Amino acid sequence: MATTFDAHTEAAHAPHDDTHRLSFAERWLFSTNHKDIGTLYLIFAVVAGVVGGVLSGFMRWELAEPGMQVLPWFTQGNIDQAYHLWNVFITAHGLIMVFFMVMPALIGGFANWFVPIMIGAPDMAFPRMNNISFWLTVAGFVLLCLSMFVPGPPGGNGAGTGWTVYPPLSTSGHPGPAVDLAIFSLHLAGAGSILGAINFITTIFNMRAPGMTLHRMPLFAWSILVTAFLLLLSLPVLAGAITMLLTDRNFGTTFFDPAGGGDPLLYQHLFWFFGHPEVYIMILPAFGIISHIVSTFSRKPVFGYLAMAYAMVAIGFVGFIVWAHHMFTSGLSVNTKMYFTAATMIIAVPTGIKIFSWIATMWGGSLRFPTPMLWAVGFIFMFTIGGVTGVLLANGGLDTYMHDTYYVVAHFHYVLSLGATFAIFAGFYYWFGKMTGREYNEFLGKVHFWLFFVGTNLIFFPMHFLGQQGMPRRYPDYPEAMAGWNEVASWGYVVTAAGMVVFFLNVAASLLAGRRAAANPWGEGATTLEWTLSSPPPFHQFETLPDFTRRAPAH
Amino acid sequence: MSVLARTRTAWAAFGIAAAMLGLAFASVPLYRLFCQVTGFGGTPQVAAQGPATAPGPVAGTRIRVRFDGNVRRDLPWEFRPVEPFADLAVGERRMAFYRAVNHGDRPITGVATFNVTPERAGRHFVKVQCFCFNEQTLAPGQAVDMPVVYYVDPAILDDPEARGVEEITLSYSFFPVPEPRQPPSIRATDMAAMRAGRPGA
Repeated sequence: MATTFDAHTEAAHAPHDDTHRLSFAERWLFSTNHKDIGTLYLIFAVVAGVVGGVLSGFMRWELAEPGMQVLPWFTQGNIDQAYHLWNVFITAHGLIMVFFMVMPALIGGFANWFVPIMIGAPDMAFPRMNNISFWLTVAGFVLLCLSMFVPGPPGGNGAGTGWTVYPPLSTSGHPGPAVDLAIFSLHLAGAGSILGAINFITTIFNMRAPGMTLHRMPLFAWSILVTAFLLLLSLPVLAGAITMLLTDRNFGTTFFDPAGGGDPLLYQHLFWFFGHPEVYIMILPAFGIISHIVSTFSRKPVFGYLAMAYAMVAIGFVGFIVWAHHMFTSGLSVNTKMYFTAATMIIAVPTGIKIFSWIATMWGGSLRFPTPMLWAVGFIFMFTIGGVTGVLLANGGLDTYMHDTYYVVAHFHYVLSLGATFAIFAGFYYWFGKMTGREYNEFLGKVHFWLFFVGTNLIFFPMHFLGQQGMPRRYPDYPEAMAGWNEVASWGYVVTAAGMVVFFLNVAASLLAGRRAAANPWGEGATTLEWTLSSPPPFHQFETLPDFTRRAPAH
Repeated sequence: MSVLARTRTAWAAFGIAAAMLGLAFASVPLYRLFCQVTGFGGTPQVAAQGPATAPGPVAGTRIRVRFDGNVRRDLPWEFRPVEPFADLAVGERRMAFYRAVNHGDRPITGVATFNVTPERAGRHFVKVQCFCFNEQTLAPGQAVDMPVVYYVDPAILDDPEARGVEEITLSYSFFPVPEPRQPPSIRATDMAAMRAGRPGA
């Protein structure tokens, strides 16, 4: 089923017309081109990822052995302030990785780059709004970094609230401006994401090429469509909740303060009504990327295309009615817990459909394992482990024991740090040649994968044991009995960091001296529209729109 | 892919976002209403005013109601129940007292929040009258016995979730009110009326 567009490879040879008419500032500061903005998002995600990763490095260093060794260096030996600094680090690490690494990479980066191309559109629906989205996200990141250096609680700097920003710790517990800055940061990043979501929805609904029906649309575009709706429905609730937090802090309202008739638990409900869909916002685009890669390197169309698309819709829908499983220990009644346990477990059904369909895609396929496929298979493996521990944690009874232990930390890092991040790297290697016009170094790519795979598993697998032994999260210190696995996890960080060094070496070497990438280096398995364009694609693609009216679907 | 269609989609999407923002703020009164109606989170029920509201004791039943009182740390009050607990029949109307003393050097207005544990008993614990319905002002050094009139709804005997409850703890937390909303005269009259209607005292 060759669906390559010979008619359009011709566009690939067109001169990169507009590029040299733009100055550097015009092209990179005032960008309206979806590919340039995608590139900016990816660079931004890498920068933010390094900041968030360095923070986690200090966290792992501190946890390498019992006692307080590392953080007191930053606080002139003051242990209490070192404890607070720990909270600041985990807060910043969480917020940065969620809002400024994973989301910009998957949605801002890959989706901006490839959704318009995959659906046969010349650009996004609102190119200038796209630019605003990006710079709002950058401004949000700057505010979050600033918040670490201004007063938070009495006598300390930075917001040590955790990424959940629960009151009363975030209201009466942090009188200084650090939490205000963190809230503004989330406002800006949230506004940027909402504008981006509106942009994607409008683009996908109105700008598909002739004959590209929704049921012929590649799965990555499907995943972004569902993600955009999740953003649209969940982020305003977060915006509302943190705005109430802001007025509680500064203008004497008592939304979450019992003294004035408010209820701090309401904040938790609002936060998790956003927070749970947010985890699907981070993983659905990853699902989309993995579908393309598995299909490409199995040289088969994805197994069960429609089931794959509607499984994502189902995950998105059910994701909105399970939020209180994050609050099992906040005093819910037995019946409420029963409902949220059952509803949460139902998510395993569409997720299982996806996992098994990927395996069925590989089954009997003509399999190859270049770097992107390694990351994709690694993703499926790791995400399944994270999913299984998730089914465990979905049990209200078990969660009473597991809640806020390292078991939970292990669970969500398996789905994010080893799930979403693996998919980001998979997509990065898959599309590196397409985006830059240079081939990455296959050997370095594989070294990166294996170091990262072994390293992250060393970090996070022992956390299951620590959690089952009762080690609570959000503490910088622990009893002697837990020293062994903590040391293993910290060595795992070293291995992971070595993998990241290889990654940067690979990027630098490939950009400077990589071979020129062909339009379609992956062969006949790669059927989506981006492979019909040159590498890198022309500044403006599809001046004549591709026509799908008489063609079979791409995937 | 006309410009008009795009604008329409974008505004529809924007409308969804705006509606969700509105819903976030609407959740504040909605959540309160939900808790009051369902007793969610141990929110006790409030009976319609009037002495005839209690259903009367159900023979052969006994339930213990424990009392707990505490104050926010920046409120210089002493606040505790006069009796630690009361044993009563289900459906029986009782009055309990909390003693509050202002140890501060100026008049202070406070308001109490309340709930009951276990939370599943919340929908069956009914307050007829309570000092917690109003803000309370105490002069420096003033000590007041604050009444609460309550009963346990016999419906608890038919509730599969709450049937086994043998003990209900009623808890109050007093918070300072920086800017009292009700004029002191109303608050005083209310308290006087409640004390005057003290049954069996």
